[in-house]
Order: sequence, then structure tokens, then C-alpha cells
Amino acid sequence: METLWFILVALMLTAYVVLDGFDLGAGVISLFVAKGHGERSIVLRTIGPVWDGNEVWLLASGGALYFAFPMLYASGFSGFYLPLMIVLWLLMLRGIGIELRSHVQDPLWWSAFDFIFFASSLLLAVFFGAAIGNVMRGVPLGPDGYFFEALWTNFRVGPNPGILDWYTTMTGLLALVALSVHGAHYVAAKTEGTINSRSRRCAAIAWPVLVALTIASLIATVSVRPLVLENFRLHPWGWIIPIVVAGALIMMPVWLSRGRDSAAFLSSAAYLAGMLGGAAFASYPVLLSATTDPSYSLTIYNARTGDYSLRVGLIWWIAGIVLAIGYFTFVYAAFRGKVRGERIL
Amino acid sequence: MDSALAIHRLHFAFTITYHYLFPQLTMGLAPLIVICKAIAFWRGDERYNKAARFWAKIFGINFLFGVITGIPMEFQFGTNWARFAHYSGGVIATSLAMEGVFAFFLESSFLGIFLYGERRFGPKLHLLASMMIFVGSWLSGYFIIVTDAWMQHPVGFEVAADGSAHLTSFWSLLTNEWALWQYVHNMFGACVTGAFFMAAVGAYYVLARKQEEFGRVFLRIGIIAALIASIVQLFPTGDRNGQLVTQYQPVTLAAMEGLFKTETGASIVLIGQPNTQTQTLDNPIYIPNALSFLTYRHWEARVSGLNEFPKDQWPDNIPLLYYSYHIMVGLGTIFIGIAVVAASLLSRRRLFETRWMLWIVMLSFPFPFIANTAGWLTAELGRQPWLVYGLMRTEAGFSHNVSAGNGLFTLLGFMGMYTVLSILFLLLVWHDLNHGVED
Repeated sequence: METLWFILVALMLTAYVVLDGFDLGAGVISLFVAKGHGERSIVLRTIGPVWDGNEVWLLASGGALYFAFPMLYASGFSGFYLPLMIVLWLLMLRGIGIELRSHVQDPLWWSAFDFIFFASSLLLAVFFGAAIGNVMRGVPLGPDGYFFEALWTNFRVGPNPGILDWYTTMTGLLALVALSVHGAHYVAAKTEGTINSRSRRCAAIAWPVLVALTIASLIATVSVRPLVLENFRLHPWGWIIPIVVAGALIMMPVWLSRGRDSAAFLSSAAYLAGMLGGAAFASYPVLLSATTDPSYSLTIYNARTGDYSLRVGLIWWIAGIVLAIGYFTFVYAAFRGKVRGERIL
Repeated sequence: MDSALAIHRLHFAFTITYHYLFPQLTMGLAPLIVICKAIAFWRGDERYNKAARFWAKIFGINFLFGVITGIPMEFQFGTNWARFAHYSGGVIATSLAMEGVFAFFLESSFLGIFLYGERRFGPKLHLLASMMIFVGSWLSGYFIIVTDAWMQHPVGFEVAADGSAHLTSFWSLLTNEWALWQYVHNMFGACVTGAFFMAAVGAYYVLARKQEEFGRVFLRIGIIAALIASIVQLFPTGDRNGQLVTQYQPVTLAAMEGLFKTETGASIVLIGQPNTQTQTLDNPIYIPNALSFLTYRHWEARVSGLNEFPKDQWPDNIPLLYYSYHIMVGLGTIFIGIAVVAASLLSRRRLFETRWMLWIVMLSFPFPFIANTAGWLTAELGRQPWLVYGLMRTEAGFSHNVSAGNGLFTLLGFMGMYTVLSILFLLLVWHDLNHGVED
């Protein structure tokens, strides 16, 4: 039962990264692919009706994580106190950056909000990447299951690391590049003309960097936490995940060069899902590993909630997610197609 | 009081008080927008569609602020109250997670259609979208009330081997008696805010002689809704909530009423200042025997005073609790007065010419926000010194691994951020009000 909930929470987080990932990425590239008021509002309109719903996946996965593994939520959220608070402030700024821009007709107002949207998207991408890096590397858990991490200590991966060290900085940059490519594919697929061609160029320029960072971070992960290979040794079918990641990486420029922007977008979605799936597969059954003493690690067994909750939870969770997928299919189908210059309102 | 505890309490209190300014207007306006859309749809009256479009703009801004100030709430159980989150996660994470999958997905999906898609999808789907947002926002409220009600009156759980609470009955959690009455009281409180807000904008338009036609529409809908909602707040919902407090938290009742000593035929205090040194009320004005009647339906009933309870069970801020409660009840009574007078003028078709009444209605809009805030302060201060009533004391629940210094850093950060948000909100709503309803 706890394994099932581990998979469900991992799936929800993956859905969050794939979905909100493209609108974060669109924010990162927005200043480069769109020039002037008209083009920038087109980029905003490609994500306008969906970004809020995408962000709900973060809340819903947070809720599901708390539900299934209360001790992980209590320990992780208080231990990552400072970066989480910064993430909250960035999420707020980004929300107003997207939604309030069009309320006032003034060029200075527009410029300010364009920058807020860009900067908050960029920093969020880096923070989310660093967060995954922290989980992969492990945190200084005490015997009571709690810890507190400073934003940085000496940038080394040791028993007492900070949120940012060389490894998590690398995963932060990887996330930034990966989401930029993903966002560029999305904007390309949803637009025409100059924005489309600039987005395609943006994706093409970032691609080699993405390949290099992906390889570098995989090597770094194995050196920081050699145990990640253990599950691949025990369950060789897991190797299908890196194959998916590699295939998705290769296919991105192939689809782009053939003018299949939507297919390139699906490739980057598969890449993100593969990377996160791989991280979850390699970590199982550990949720948060201890850099102090391995026996302090939080696992799906010592962080889980009661049996009754998990069983009942399965019923309402399935009902709720089926409804949610229904709404999403409906909304995405309703707003399908390219966003053009004229107002669709 | 340990300073880390004080900071973490203030952190949550500040962010939740600020947050709830927005959802109460969202939940209060949502049904009124549905009413506008429905009238427009069935009567084919385009005026009501324009009114709905105007309110959708303000609703959209307000909804956004509710969302972005709401995300921190979901995080703060873990960040600032980790030991509480661990203790109660086996129970309240169910209602919190259900809010995510049942309410947030629904609201956010249909909000896109509601705000961006009227022309694209036509009137039927647009009406449906407005209804779905109404349902979503009210569902969201229910799951939050269930969570709070469990902290006020824990049901359907057992304490497991590791000392944390585990759910034993899903239905008892969702149908907690406390949750049902608190929910209705809270939602009609939100309706009071929405109704007075709409009526105040209407009064402004009529008084300023701009957009008078729409001003009258807003007044008509707002005043009728205000009348219904403010009466429901007194009876049955306010009354039932009082009875639940009497039954399950008698010490809270004594502190709310400023009843230091047990009385038979207890009087109810309208005005007066609690003096915790002498344990008396200064300058009291009271109605004899009324409290006994309201709590036990019997004029001579005995009501327990604070003196009957050990001091370590007393709410830790009796004056603030007392004032919050009296502000809520006092304002609630005034709302009924305003709504009754305005509604009777409306029914005699004299409201739009009665300028002094329009002035009162126009200036009334901040007070429901104050009353709702005071109501929540009453509920949560009244719960003290418990975090989960009778089970976990507040000082046992905060994140001991997050120091007072780090807590203060982020509290100040939130204060700065919320100052900016307040300025933006007022600027934009003022901008939209001045812009008026588009013809």
C-alpha cells in the first residue's frame, strides 16, 4: 500500500513538473522570443487559461504527500524552511506577473510585469532543480527525523551541506535549461511567425547544453550517492528509464527540424517524466536520505500514515483525479490550436 | 512565552488573517455572479450579463490574490508547525488533500473558461463555468472548515503507537457536528461580505450619478442577499455555534463573555472591558439573565465562570478573545439593522432616492471583513491553549528546528510582500470601479 502511494505521489509530482514546467519555461524564454507589447501578450495568452490549473498540481501533490507520508511533510517542509518560503514569494510574484499585466494600459506597467514574470519563472526553475538535488543528495537528518538546512554552507557535499552546494547548483541549472527547452517547444507549438521561429531557435541553442548537463548531472549523482545504482541492479527493467530519457533527448531536435513542434514538446515532456521517474525509481523506498546516519533516513515505511487512511484515500483519490483529468482534457481541448494576434476574448 | 513559539503563532495568524480577506469575498461574490448570469440567461436581459462581466473582472483579481496568499497556508503546517503536522497528519491531511483534488482542480479549470472564454464557448457553457466556480470555492471552504473543526472538536481518530493521531472513521471526520454548523456560519459570513460589497458599489454609482442603471441592479441584488445572509448569521447558525461552544468548550464560553465568576441567571454583557488583574469587567452594560437563556434556553440557568476551571486551561489572551467576540456580534447586529432598513426602503421603491441610506450602505463595505476576521479570531483564540482541543497544547506543535530568527525573517518578508499586494489590489480594484460597467 505504501509503495502504491509512493508511485501515486511521484506521478502527481511528475505531472506538476511536465505541466507547470512548460509555463515556467515560457516565462524564462519570454523576454528573448517575444519583443514588444503585442508579442509578449501573445506568449502570456498561450499559458493564460492553463497556468493556474498547472500550478494546482503542486498543491495537490503537496497535499497527497502530506496525506500519505505525514512525517516526510513535517520534516521536509520545516527542514527546507528558507528555500520553501522563497519559493512561496516567487510563486506570488509570478502569479501577479501573469495576471495583472493586462489590467492597466501603460507601457511602463507592462515592462515591469514582463520582468517579474521572467525573473520569478527563472528563479523558480532553479529552486525546483536544487530541491530535487537536495532530495537526491540527502539532508542532515537527526535521530528524531528532523533537520534544518541553511541556504549554503561551504558549497561542498558533506555530512552538513547547505541547500546550495556544487551538486544542487548543477541540478538547479539543469532544471533551468530543461524547462527552458520544454517551454520553448510549447511556445513554438502554440504560436506562428516570428515568435515561433525565435522559440525554435531558442530550443535549438539550449539543446546541446541540456545534453551536456544531463550527462554531467547523472555522473555527479552516482558519485554523490552511489546507492542510486542499487535499484537498477536489483530490477534491471529499470534501465528502460534512461533509454526513454536518451531517446527523448535525441528526438527533440529531430522533430524540430521536421517542423513538428508538438512532437518536440511531447519529447521534452517524456524527457522530464523520465528524469523524475528515474530519480524516484533510484530512491525507492527511501524518501529523504540522511547524510548523517543511514538509519535516520525517512522511508515509505517509517514516514507513512495509518492503513485505514491509505485505503480510504485510494477511493477518494481515484475519484478526484479522474474528475481532474476530465477537466484538464476539456480545458486543453477547448483552448487547443495556435494563439494568434487578434483577441480571442 | 518562548519567543520561537510567539513568532510561529504570529506567522500563521498574520498570513491566515490576510489570506482570508480574499476568499471571503470570492465565496460571497460567487453565488451573486451566478444569480446575475442566471437572470441574464433565462430572462435574456443583457444588462445582467454586463453586470456579471463587470463583477467577473473584480472577482478575477480577488481570486488571484486568494490563490497566491493561500498557497503559503498549505505549506505552513509543515514549515512552521511541523510537530503538529506530524501529530495530526493522519487525520487532517485527508481533508487538506481532498481540497486539492476536489476543489482546486475544479475552480482553476473553470476559472480559465469563465475569464477567458465567454465569446468562444457561448452563454450556456459560461453560465455552467460560473456555477462550477461557485461550487468549487464553496467545496474548498468545506474541507478547510473540516480541518479546523477537527482541531476544535476532534472526532473519528485514535492515537497510534508512535503518538500521532490516525483516522478511524472517514465519515465522522467529514460530518463532524462542529464542522457542519461552523461551515454554514462561515459561508453566510462570506455572503454578508459579498452582498455588502456589491451593494456598496451600487450605492457609490447611484450617489455619484454614474452608471446609475447598474448601480440599481447591484443595490437590488446586494441588499436582498445582505438581508438573508445577515439574519442567517444570527439565527440559526450563530446560535448553534454558541451552543456547541457551551457544550464542548465551556471555559472558552466563559472567556468570550468575560464571565469570571459562575452565575445563576447570568447576564450578557454588551459593552465593558475585561480586567484580568481584578478578574472583573470594568464599565459593564448588560442585559440581565440573557446569557443563561441563550446558552441553556432557561432564564435562571447556571453558567460556569472562569473560576471553575484551572488556570492552565484558560485561553491565553482573554481580553483579545472577549473583544473579537463582541466586535463580531456587535457588527452582525448592525448589519441586520442596515439590511432591514435598506430592504424596506427598496420594497417601497424609495431606496435609490434616500441619499443618507445610500451613504450608509456605501460606507458599510469594510465592516463585514472586520466581522469575519473577528469571528475567526474568536474561534482560534478560544481554542487556546490547545492546538488540538484537549489533545495537543499549542507550545507542543511548532517547528522546534526552525529558530525564532529564521521565523522572524520570513514573517517580515511576508509583511513586506503583503504590503505590496495590498497596494496593487486597491489600485486595480479602484481602477476597475472607476472604469465602470462597459456598455
